[in-house]
Amino acid sequence: MAREFGDVIIDLQNISLRFGGVKALTDISFNVREHEIRAIIGPNGAGKSSMLNVINGVYHPQEGKIIFHGQERQKMEPYEAASQGIARTFQNIALFKGMTVLDNIMTGRNLMMKTNFLHHALFWGKAQREEIEHRKKVEEVIEFLEIQSIRKTPVGRLPYGLQKRVELARALAAEPNLLLLDEPMAGMNVEEKQDMCRFILDVNDQFGTTIVLIEHDMGVVMDISDRVVVLDYGKKIGDGPPDEVKNDPKVIDAYLGTSH
Amino acid sequence: MFYREAGQFKASYQNDQQIFPIRQDQIGFIALMGFLFLVVPFIANQYWLQAVLIPVLIFGLAALGLNILTGYAGQLSLGSAAFMAVGAFGTYNFMLRIDGIPFLVALLLGGLCAAAIGILFGLPSLRIKGFYLAVATLAAQFFIVWVLVKFGWFSNYSSSGVITAQHVNILGVDFRSPEMKYLLTLTVVVVMALLAKNMVRSSTGRKWMAVRDMDVAAEVIGIRLMRTKLQAFAISSFYCGVAGALYAYMYLGTVEPEGFNLDMSFRILFMIIIGGVGSIMGSFIGAAFIVLLPVFLNVAFHSTIGAYVPADLASNLELIIFGALIIFFLIVEPHGLARLWQLTKEKLRLWPFPH
Ligand SMILES: Nc1ncnc2c1ncn2[C@@H]1O[C@H](COP(=O)(O)OP(=O)(O)O)[C@@H](O)[C@H]1O
Ligand SMILES: [Mg+2]
Repeated sequence: MAREFGDVIIDLQNISLRFGGVKALTDISFNVREHEIRAIIGPNGAGKSSMLNVINGVYHPQEGKIIFHGQERQKMEPYEAASQGIARTFQNIALFKGMTVLDNIMTGRNLMMKTNFLHHALFWGKAQREEIEHRKKVEEVIEFLEIQSIRKTPVGRLPYGLQKRVELARALAAEPNLLLLDEPMAGMNVEEKQDMCRFILDVNDQFGTTIVLIEHDMGVVMDISDRVVVLDYGKKIGDGPPDEVKNDPKVIDAYLGTSH
Repeated sequence: MFYREAGQFKASYQNDQQIFPIRQDQIGFIALMGFLFLVVPFIANQYWLQAVLIPVLIFGLAALGLNILTGYAGQLSLGSAAFMAVGAFGTYNFMLRIDGIPFLVALLLGGLCAAAIGILFGLPSLRIKGFYLAVATLAAQFFIVWVLVKFGWFSNYSSSGVITAQHVNILGVDFRSPEMKYLLTLTVVVVMALLAKNMVRSSTGRKWMAVRDMDVAAEVIGIRLMRTKLQAFAISSFYCGVAGALYAYMYLGTVEPEGFNLDMSFRILFMIIIGGVGSIMGSFIGAAFIVLLPVFLNVAFHSTIGAYVPADLASNLELIIFGALIIFFLIVEPHGLARLWQLTKEKLRLWPFPH
């Protein structure tokens, strides 16, 4: 897959993150280019999820710099990351359990909604117009991910695979330019995985969204990603195009050679 | 006519967003309002108005306030009665100290006082959750009542902090009779319930529920936890405050700070547990249940075993039944009576065809 990519969107430099004595990430550097699909792989506990949490401000690394759109980023809270166009899904589904599919996805648009609670209390006029306008956008996302038939279902009642899809929908509703996906296909059957792959590629292709993806299934990673970062025990042990990484002896040793 | 949406197509998102998407529900709501506004004042006697309907409406409003905070935004509170006290004493002082202030303005300002105090006592929610937050709101409960008793200014230096509500007159209409008090209470409560319904079905409510269901995910999609929680505290306390003022002006007439005690806060909490956590209608069902239960049990006792059981045993039995019901709902139907109603409707939607 030789594709052309744009500028570096986010450049992570020498990131180290500790939890007490646990070194989750040690001196990690890599970058993500506009429009690419960047995979992060590595055994369990390697620090992949922590890496995403650093990118969108859930965790604050003790050391290292983050250059975002060419500027050094100061310590940033998750909502600020969201307002700068970073959206994500979680390894363990993090949907709003008490709400319907539609409401979950509508919540993804909250940053673009300008009315306040007083408008909402009165509902007529401005608030209603805004609600309808965003509902239209959300319906586009619903159609895109082919979940029309479940829009009014409480998310708690959905099977696992569909919940994952709704979580993707909520992230897409925010129209992000950087989308972080934490094991979007874990626990899915082959068919569901194929669907999810197709959606990820379509998002990347149609909306030009840059994607950082954590995935265990090597087949999937090799198929859809442009470049791969390999982590092991919080350290980076490989970085490059999939076929290059696949044949790197260090990577084979640490990751591919073992149980995975 | 069957109860279902078949044949009632939603041609636009606007229609899809209505409060009552099913026509039978719309008709039911309008009929209920017609009954409450136009029929009840003529058929209900003084006892029903004063001892049942007015308190049910007022406690329903307080329960709705708590439901906004606990049921929708997921922040447990044991301070509802104290916020009612702020509303009552706030309104009283505005009425007392500003000559000719319209009652509804004083009511609004009293509610805003409660909202401000609510924000203050909501600050701990930024650091602590669940049980620990409940303990922090308990502090609010005791502290607020203590302040109102301690500083005579709040009750215009009356003995032991008792205040007597001024007469209410709106645009020359006197609200002295039970019927008029009922109508004013009903109007305020219905308007505020509709406003609450609008809030919870729009982005405001979605943010509350997002914070309730999964705060990390909420933050990651751009919801500011601090702002959202404090907003819920403010609006919830505003509702409790207005309920407290109505409690003083439309229900009892004379109140003291210690009347708004922990016991009352717990009763409001039980209302939402029994009525339905996260349901506006449930708040009122719960309030009706808890206000009417003693009345009902009383009648039941007197007409059955009343003659053989001493009065103190009877009142203890009441507490036991009350406790048993709470436990029943916590275990069997945590979503309360409103949920049972919802399930019945879901069944009805399919009836008479099982699938
Ligand atoms: N919030 C946290 N508190 C303490 N330790 C954490 C936390 N998050 C992650 N860790 C630790 O960091 C390491 C990397 O975890 P994680 O990033 O979840 O790995 P992966 O996603 O690759 O499986 C693990 O040792 C984990 O226990
Ligand atoms: Mg992980």
